[in-house]
Amino acid sequence: MNLTAIVPQRSASATTIAGDGAESERIDNVHPVDWRNPPPASHYDLVIVGGGTAGLTAAKAAASRGAKTALVERHLLGGTCLNIGCVPSKAILRTSRLYAEMHDADRYGACVPGDVRVDFAAVMQRVRGVRARISRADSARGLTAAGIDVFFGQARFTRTDALEVQGVTLRFGKALIATGARPDTPAIPGLAEAGYLTNENAFDLTRPPGRLLVIGGGPLGCEMAQAFCRLGVQTTIVQRRPLFLPREERDAAQILSDAFARDGIEVRLNTRALNVRVDGGAKIVDLVSDDYHSTVVVDAILTGTGRVPNTAGLDLEAAGVDFDPHRGVHVDNFLRTRNRRIYAAGDVCLGDKFNDTAQASALIVIENALFGGRRRLSELTIPWCTYTDPEIAHVGLYARQARERNIPVKTFTIPMHDADRAIADDEEVGFVKISVKERTDQILGATIVARHAGEMISEITLAIVAGVGLGTLARVIHAYPTQAEAIRKAADAFVRTRVASYRQRRSTAWLSSLRL
Amino acid sequence: MMPNETHEVLQLHATPHVMNRDAAEVDADEALLDGIQHAAFGYFRQTVNPANGLVADTTRQHWPCSIAVVGFALSVYPAAVERGWLSRDEAVELCLAALRFFRDSDQRGTPDSTGYKGFYYHFLDMQSGRRTWRSELSMIDTALLIAGALTARMYFDGETLQEAELREIADELYRRIDWRWAQHDRETIMQGWKPESGFLHYGWEGYSESIVLYVLALGSPTHAPGARIYEAWSATYQWENLYDVDFLYAGPLFIHQFSHAWIDFRGIQDRFMREKRSDYFENSRRAVVVQREYARRNPLGFAGYDEHCWGLTAGDGPNNAMPRMTGVRRRLLGYTARGVPFGPDDGTLAGWAALASLPFASDVVLSTVRAMLRRYPEMYTDHRYASGFNPGLIDADGKCWVSAGHYGLDQGIVTMMIENHRTQLIWRLMRKCPYVVDGLRRAGFTGGWL
Repeated sequence: MNLTAIVPQRSASATTIAGDGAESERIDNVHPVDWRNPPPASHYDLVIVGGGTAGLTAAKAAASRGAKTALVERHLLGGTCLNIGCVPSKAILRTSRLYAEMHDADRYGACVPGDVRVDFAAVMQRVRGVRARISRADSARGLTAAGIDVFFGQARFTRTDALEVQGVTLRFGKALIATGARPDTPAIPGLAEAGYLTNENAFDLTRPPGRLLVIGGGPLGCEMAQAFCRLGVQTTIVQRRPLFLPREERDAAQILSDAFARDGIEVRLNTRALNVRVDGGAKIVDLVSDDYHSTVVVDAILTGTGRVPNTAGLDLEAAGVDFDPHRGVHVDNFLRTRNRRIYAAGDVCLGDKFNDTAQASALIVIENALFGGRRRLSELTIPWCTYTDPEIAHVGLYARQARERNIPVKTFTIPMHDADRAIADDEEVGFVKISVKERTDQILGATIVARHAGEMISEITLAIVAGVGLGTLARVIHAYPTQAEAIRKAADAFVRTRVASYRQRRSTAWLSSLRL
Repeated sequence: MMPNETHEVLQLHATPHVMNRDAAEVDADEALLDGIQHAAFGYFRQTVNPANGLVADTTRQHWPCSIAVVGFALSVYPAAVERGWLSRDEAVELCLAALRFFRDSDQRGTPDSTGYKGFYYHFLDMQSGRRTWRSELSMIDTALLIAGALTARMYFDGETLQEAELREIADELYRRIDWRWAQHDRETIMQGWKPESGFLHYGWEGYSESIVLYVLALGSPTHAPGARIYEAWSATYQWENLYDVDFLYAGPLFIHQFSHAWIDFRGIQDRFMREKRSDYFENSRRAVVVQREYARRNPLGFAGYDEHCWGLTAGDGPNNAMPRMTGVRRRLLGYTARGVPFGPDDGTLAGWAALASLPFASDVVLSTVRAMLRRYPEMYTDHRYASGFNPGLIDADGKCWVSAGHYGLDQGIVTMMIENHRTQLIWRLMRKCPYVVDGLRRAGFTGGWL
């Protein structure tokens, strides 16, 4: 299958699918065709390069606090998250989950519909509708109304306190680089020639590939593999490492592997794609696992092997900003570059390339750059979630990280099959694991694997940020029945160990007194 | 479940032999164990190639030798001699055949040799002893083989030329293992190596059956890695409170058993266990409590599971032989490591796995063994435990699915753990093994018999 046949042609003016109302609305919000850049002010308190999550967050925060702010975006406001990342991927995941539930209806005491057919066009139309609706919050006109000067075009630093966009110079007191990141392309011979999908074009598909190979077992690869599989695509996923999601703990990754196999995804762990060739429209991919060679024939290849920061074309050297192609812009703990006027936030400079981290880092920059703040990146407590089914969410330290730091750690584990609501929902796969510093109730971190782990992890994040111990969580009434009760059960287990320990000490003391 | 219920379960069985049993019951237990142990030992008589001492991985036709199973064979011969099932001379002959074979084996590390750097390929041809199934040079399986060789070395302490030769070769095999090479570029030991692709990494993390591997590596007088290796390996341990039980977590039961077949962990502690105020023996007892509790809760609703029927471990399975059972879609697995509480769990249990926890919780295990044999006698084929059975997969005769034939690992661990329960023979032998003692000390173990 030729990719160009299933990825539609875009209109010339901007990235959109011609004739699609939702797409027109989105583009009208994030890069209006008739946009005219405003006349520049003589001086800006803050110029932001990049209109993705970090840039938008910073622009709105700065403007709302009275700073004269300019925002420069070379392509689409909303960045990866809105246009080609979190928003469309979550929309497609929702529909794919529904299809999975239809096939599994008998698990819920319902009849499996007689004819479950995937209407791929409708799926993608919904994706575009969701994207268009959420784009309203990031519209260029809305930003202008908030007092932000919005410039479209490629920004180039010309001096340490100025940059140029579309031939216009913007002078700044402070600047923020928030240009984000783009998909990393694995160096596989023949891949580029054969053509491949990434998150940048996968959501523009108009019909599904019959057979899909996903290369990469990180969050993006895992989410997309499951989504496409559940939409009826015969899916294979290859992962170089022995487990998916290498940073997550073993049980979480194992549960995900099992879930994939249950869904019908062909899982190839410890496997590399060696080369790609095209024959009769099909893509033939040679794989190797240790010394075992095999070949898969697919219609499309989707790569999800990580992201690299966008630093090209900015002339960062002229601004005195250090960077490299892998780490991106170099910043200190205050998110400041070597040029003390210039800061960076989000994917362009952070290892954790998450939407929420981009937001949080942007707010740190506003505080530090404009209001004399001394907020540190290292102070952030960053949760993350992979939105597979089940979801895998984590915050804080892993047990192994705590042990590496010589922190004695104990983990309270509640399988989801112990949560009444999970049983009622037939969503028993997963667990809540909360790690504490041993013999204290200080929460070090938590991993949750559950259908709604992303929602549940916030309670633990709050507890860590507020310094609330696990013992206190036991006193928090959780609505019954909810899956979040598993968190309270972990807290209850903690309290029981404390009571048992207290009783043991009392008993030992009593026995000692008898011996006296 | 009420909050303290599991605590009570834990307490109830905290003390071994807590129940008062009359002499008849004790005799009955002894007879039962003797019968099972004798039959399990019979596996090795049945499947050994006396010419080279190699033992088949399973009783299935044309199956190759597993070097780990040879390690179990070398470990059970002493018990068989003590019990009169094998003459001392026969045992020495079988041991010598195996040890001479490995000593003289092709160590070039080519695709069809037997080993490299003192390690051996996982699976060998039963006749030629050469690599088969394109298997990996296996560090853990070599460790189990060498643990067996050292067990034989410690037991056969006679002055005959044969026994002296046996001890000498066992020593030679142990000393030539290049543990440092097996670290490759890491702090821990790699899990495998292939001539075609180099070192393998399976991403094992957390507690595993590898303590014996690290102890043997650290005890080496010739190629011992730095002591840091043990800390690096145990850095991924997870001390968890699960079902109200505090323990060093690992899902499959065999992880809580294999190293214990050779090493008596009662009362000795490494840094981790000192910190947790526990030891590995106690930990394995708690693993039994967790297994029982999982089976009692039976979250996936499998047939047969309850507190008297459990045993999720590495073993054979139905492998999608029957895609639907009792109206519910399940993915059935073949030979895999099943575990609790996060699986994989396809309703397949291993009777031998429950029995192999005998030394840790004898009363609980014995009642479980009796209950499982009573309910599912078909899993005990030809007087031996099958590798796995699945009570939810019933054939036309009303019998549940049972794995074909027998596996050497299963019969080996059963024979050894019953022996350790009855006489502690293997533990006593290995407590005197200077390499094991040195290895334990270098790993940071102190206290107890050490």
